[in-house]
Amino acid sequence: MPTILNNIGQATVMDPFVVSIIIFVLAIFVGFEIITKVPSTLHTPLMSGSNAISGITIVGALLCSFSDNFGQFGVILGTLAVIFATINVVGGYTVTARMLKMFSKKEGGGK
Amino acid sequence: MITSFKAFSTLAVIGADDVVNLLYLLAAILFIYGLKLLTSVKTASKGNMISAIGMLLAAVVTLFQVNHEAMGGNFFISFVWIGVALLIGSVIGLVLAVKVPMTGMPQMVALLNGFGGIASLLVACADYIIKLPDIEKAVEAGKATNTALGDTVYHLPTWDSMLAIGLATLIGGVTFTGSLIAFAKLQGLKIIPDKPVQFTGQKALIALLLLGSLALAFVLPIDPTAWWTLVIISAAALILGVMLVIGIGGADMPVVVSLLNSYSGIAAAMAGFVLSNSVLIITGSLVGASGIILTNIMCKAMNRSLMNVLFGGVGGGPAKGGGAGPQGEAREFSPEDAGIVLDAASQVVIVPGYGMAVAQAQHAVKEFAEELTRRNITVKYAIHPVAGRMPGHMNVLLAEAGVPYEQLADLDQANAEFEQTDVALVIGANDVTNPAARHDTASPIYGMPILDVDKARTVFVIKRSMNPGFAGIQNELYFMENTGMIFGDAKAVVTALTEELLAD
Repeated sequence: MPTILNNIGQATVMDPFVVSIIIFVLAIFVGFEIITKVPSTLHTPLMSGSNAISGITIVGALLCSFSDNFGQFGVILGTLAVIFATINVVGGYTVTARMLKMFSKKEGGGK
Repeated sequence: MITSFKAFSTLAVIGADDVVNLLYLLAAILFIYGLKLLTSVKTASKGNMISAIGMLLAAVVTLFQVNHEAMGGNFFISFVWIGVALLIGSVIGLVLAVKVPMTGMPQMVALLNGFGGIASLLVACADYIIKLPDIEKAVEAGKATNTALGDTVYHLPTWDSMLAIGLATLIGGVTFTGSLIAFAKLQGLKIIPDKPVQFTGQKALIALLLLGSLALAFVLPIDPTAWWTLVIISAAALILGVMLVIGIGGADMPVVVSLLNSYSGIAAAMAGFVLSNSVLIITGSLVGASGIILTNIMCKAMNRSLMNVLFGGVGGGPAKGGGAGPQGEAREFSPEDAGIVLDAASQVVIVPGYGMAVAQAQHAVKEFAEELTRRNITVKYAIHPVAGRMPGHMNVLLAEAGVPYEQLADLDQANAEFEQTDVALVIGANDVTNPAARHDTASPIYGMPILDVDKARTVFVIKRSMNPGFAGIQNELYFMENTGMIFGDAKAVVTALTEELLAD
C-alpha cells in the first residue's frame, strides 16, 4: 500500500479504493490509446482477442474456488466461474489464433 | 515448516504478496503489448501469443498466491479440484474453437463473451458468499472490532468492494444473457427471431430493471449482510440482458457484439474491485475501452447513435414517413449477359455483404476474382464497416477463402475507386449501397456513409429476390439505369459467372 508523508511528516496511507480507481482510469486511457487506429481488416480478431483477455476474471475465479470446504455454496460458484472463464480464455485465444493464421497465410502465399 | 516459511516471508525485503503483484503487473504489460500488436496485420499473431502468455502467467501466479498455511493438508485436494475445473473448461473451449466454421465466428465470439460475463457474475457472488459469515460476525460485534488489534478481528468490508459486488453482478448478468440472445439470433435459432422483438412497455421495463438494480447495488455498502439484494440483482440483470438485445435486429449485431465485448471487460474490472485485484482492474478496463472504441466505429458507420441502435428497433416494420420510394422497373440480367460485360471490364469492385456469408459464397467469389485477374482485370473488394453481423466479418470470410488482404478496400478507399470502375458487383449487400442515404432526407438511412457503387459504369446486384433489406426500405440502386439484377443464391450465381468467363 503506498505510503505518503504529509506536510508535518506523518505517514498517511492512500485508501486502496483510490489506488484502484487510479489504476482503473489510467488503464481505460491506455486502452483508448492503443486501439484507436485499428484497420477494419482486424476488427474481428481484435474483438475475439480482447474477448479472450476479458477472461482474466479467471484469476478471481481461482481465488474464490481455492478452499478446503468444497461443499460451500460460494466455492461451488467459484468453481463454476473457473470453468466458464477457462472456456472464455482457451476458446478466445484459439479462435483468434485460427483467424490470424488465415490472414498471415495470405501474406506468405500472395507473394 | 510453516513457521520457517513465515519467517522467510517476513524477513525478505519484498514479501510474497509483492512478488505476486509484480508478476500481475508483468501480465498486464503483456496484455497491453499484445493488444498493441493486434492492431497491425503483420504482428497480430505474435500479439495474440504474447497476450496468451500473459494470461497463463496470471493464472499460474494466482495458484501460488493462495494462503497455503490456512489450507493445511487439504491444499493438494483443492489443487486437484481446481485442476479438474480448468481441464473441463479447457476441453470445452478447445473443442468449440476448433470445430466452429469461419462462417459461425460471430455467434462464437458472442457465446465466449457471454461465458466471460457469467464468470464475473459468479466471482462477485462467490467472493461475497465466502466472506458472508465473517461479515455477519463483524456486524454483530459492532464496528469497534474493525479497528481492534486484539485476536477477534473481523473486518467490516469496505463500502467500495460491496458496491462493486452489485455492479459486477449486474454487468456480468447483462453480458451473459445479452450474449446468449445475440448468439441465438446469429446462429439462426428459431426460438429467437432475427427481427427486433418489441412490445409496449419494453423501454419502461428496461428502465425499471436498470434503475432498480442500480439502486439495489447501493444497499450492500449500507448493510453488508443484505445478501438478498444480490439474488434480485442477478435475476434483474439476466432479464435485462434479454430485453436489451431481443429488441435489436440482426443487421445491428456488429454494434451489439462489440458493446457486449466491452461489457464483459467492465464486468471483469468490477470483479477486480471486489477482490482489490489490480490485474483484473487493469485488464478489464483495457477490454472495456477497446470494446467501446469498436462500438463507436460501428455506430459511426451507420450514422446512428448508440441509443438509436439499442432502442430504435430499425426494421420492425415499414419505414415511417419514408417517401413514396423508388419507382420503376428493375432490369434483370442473366449470368450469360453479365459475363460478357464483366469480360470487357478493366476494373471490377466486389461488394460483399451478409448475403455472401449466408450463402457461404466466399470461396466461389475468390475463384471468380482469380479468373478475372487472369484476364488482367483489376479486382478489388469494397468492405463496408458494418457489412455482415460483426465488426470485420467480411474480412474474416475473405481471408478464409484466401483473398490477399491488399485487395480489400475500406469505405473511403473504395469510394475513391468507383468512378474509375467498370463493374461494381454487389453480392448480398443492400442498405450499405443505397444512394438514398446521400440525398433522401426522408429515408431512415439518410446520412449513413455508403459505398457509392452507383458511380461505377455498371452495377450488378446478386440478390435472391426484390425483397427490401434490413431497414425495410427498397433500394433505389436497383432501379437505376446502370444497374442489372441477377437473381439467385449468391454462391450459385457467382459460380455461374465464373463458368461464363471460362466458356468465352
